[in-house]
Amino acid sequence: MLFGILVGCFYAAVSVGLSVAFGLLDVPHVAHPALMVLGSYCTYLLGLYGWDPIVAGIALTPLFFLLGIAIYRFYYETFERRGSDAGVRGLAFFFGLAFIIEVGLILVFGVDQRMVEADYIGKSLSLGGYRIPWRLLVAFAIALLLTAALTLYLSRTFTGRAIKAVAQDEPALRLMGANPVRIKQWAFGIATAVTALAGAMLIVVGPVEPSLDRVYIGRTFCVVVLAGLGSMTGTLFAGLILGVSESIVLTLFGASWAPAVAFGLLLVVLGIRPQGLFGR
Amino acid sequence: MRLASFVLGLAFSAAALAQPAPVKIGMSMPQTGSLGAGGKAALLALQMWVDDVNAKGGLLGRRIEFIVYDDQTNPALTPGIYTKLLDVDKVDLLIAPYGTVPTAPIMPLVKQRGLLLMGNFSFQVNHTVKHDMWFNNSPWTDASSWSDGFIHIGQKAGAKTIAFLAADQEFAQNLANGARVLAKKAGLQTVYDQNYPPATVDFSAMIRAIRAARPDIVFVMSYPNDSVAIVRAINEIGVGDSVKLFGGGMVGLQFTPNMVSLGSSLNGIVNYNSYVPGVKYPGIEDFLQRYAKRAVEAKVDPLGFYLPPFNYAIGQMLEQAINATKSLDHRKLADYLHKNEMQTIVGPIRFGPDGEWASPRVIHAQFRGVVDKDMEQFRQPGRQVILWPEQYKIGEAIVPFEKARGK
Repeated sequence: MLFGILVGCFYAAVSVGLSVAFGLLDVPHVAHPALMVLGSYCTYLLGLYGWDPIVAGIALTPLFFLLGIAIYRFYYETFERRGSDAGVRGLAFFFGLAFIIEVGLILVFGVDQRMVEADYIGKSLSLGGYRIPWRLLVAFAIALLLTAALTLYLSRTFTGRAIKAVAQDEPALRLMGANPVRIKQWAFGIATAVTALAGAMLIVVGPVEPSLDRVYIGRTFCVVVLAGLGSMTGTLFAGLILGVSESIVLTLFGASWAPAVAFGLLLVVLGIRPQGLFGR
Repeated sequence: MRLASFVLGLAFSAAALAQPAPVKIGMSMPQTGSLGAGGKAALLALQMWVDDVNAKGGLLGRRIEFIVYDDQTNPALTPGIYTKLLDVDKVDLLIAPYGTVPTAPIMPLVKQRGLLLMGNFSFQVNHTVKHDMWFNNSPWTDASSWSDGFIHIGQKAGAKTIAFLAADQEFAQNLANGARVLAKKAGLQTVYDQNYPPATVDFSAMIRAIRAARPDIVFVMSYPNDSVAIVRAINEIGVGDSVKLFGGGMVGLQFTPNMVSLGSSLNGIVNYNSYVPGVKYPGIEDFLQRYAKRAVEAKVDPLGFYLPPFNYAIGQMLEQAINATKSLDHRKLADYLHKNEMQTIVGPIRFGPDGEWASPRVIHAQFRGVVDKDMEQFRQPGRQVILWPEQYKIGEAIVPFEKARGK
């Protein structure tokens, strides 16, 4: 159960950026896990110079924010503004972006697995004979902080509320004098900045290799849809539900059934509550 | 002017006609995905063989043209790639991709078309297909050849119970199914048996469950990404003081980058291998020296003990069969490979009727005295102490596992 909670928080942390990009902005951002793996490799690079992975992840967020703005601008100019079938073509764009990132990483780093070192990796916290890996505890803490920070930002700041507004009623926001494209661009920058930190967590939790993004596409989209599009707190709870159910299924029925849990849960929830657990 | 062009054209055409068509050898090789690291090193070794043969004038006086595609460790891609190699690229000979999972789907294709296929470190892919033109380069044959040594070492250490942890895919399940039967035959009681899906993120819960089951032996059958995560989890959670032996079938712990990254976390693990320093085969040291130079340029596994020599051996076996039969006819080559002993840099190889080695040579070695961040240490004999088979053995297993880890 405890491992389920820790892994669940990790799932939430790697999905929270997608919750902004896909959940709030309706951008079919399938390159989200690839950007996360890019974040892992950047963390690895900084690690070679002695940087702590989490500090590196935080330091990378401004760069990733700018990268996100550039990606959204390109996506908007070439796809979104051109009409109704932009969604499908946008999907192709983000698949292409994911592919370019993956191939780029292979060319630069090769296909070997990469790991980082830190005081909290490879050690565990002993609680009466029960050992909990520090790396999972660190991921757990960051997931909570990240979700709390994003929830506060989206509900308490003007730009945050504008991001929520652009998701709900873009024309109304335009009538209020705000520029929806700039708001979306800013939000996509935030979503991408979050992937830098998520990438740092990814390489803290386990070794990475360039094609690791493929493992996370299904899981992250599942968490976001299960949560209800755009709900940050929902993303945290959906990640927890997924992690805990996987853990219970692993113990009671065997690990092979664990991946079926994610999509089984998704089907059940969408059948009962199409807007997701926390969607309105 | 026009006449000059015509004469020149004729001259070039005549030169082209005089040059015999190359011998085309085709394969897919994982260059990305979980087997990508091993695949790149293996491909370099095959390329070295192609270069060596071409430098000597080629096969049957024809240069070798080597056609390779990346299968991304994706078994869904290999049937399409091999169909393209045969029907579009019109290759003369085929080599299988590295690994069981990418190879299994092409077995029906080669059997249906009656083609020779040189296997590449796969496990029991011909077990049910029973293709008589299949020849594997791996030193194992069946589950017994792989697991016997590990279980034997465990029993010698007084083990009575066993735990299994296996990836839920072709290679690991083939191995696990055989190992379960062997363990039962050996009178070992199974106290934990878990298959896990290939995309498992963290193994802490499973290692905790193993610890709670208190087995004497833990037999792990995993692919590279999982192997690294499992080693990390045992380092953090611990498998408990009951465990005498841990390892067995962990793919990836033979790859240099993983060995260097995991460093001292590897100590105590007893795992299978194909070659470790200390084993003497004619020509292997020269090969490894040449390989090491090219591996640096190609940015692949710098030591290359596990796959590269055996991939070079694939080429040597093809070369020997083609030169002896003076033919590229698949049936003739297969007959030759069945009847004769092949001389390679991984020792003499004689094939059994199923195309696997008549005398398997799986090595089980224990990591000892490994320190962090030092690649050169693995070139020396002694960092991986051979416990099995008897003819190469250089030490006894240090048990229990925690003691072998120096904890």
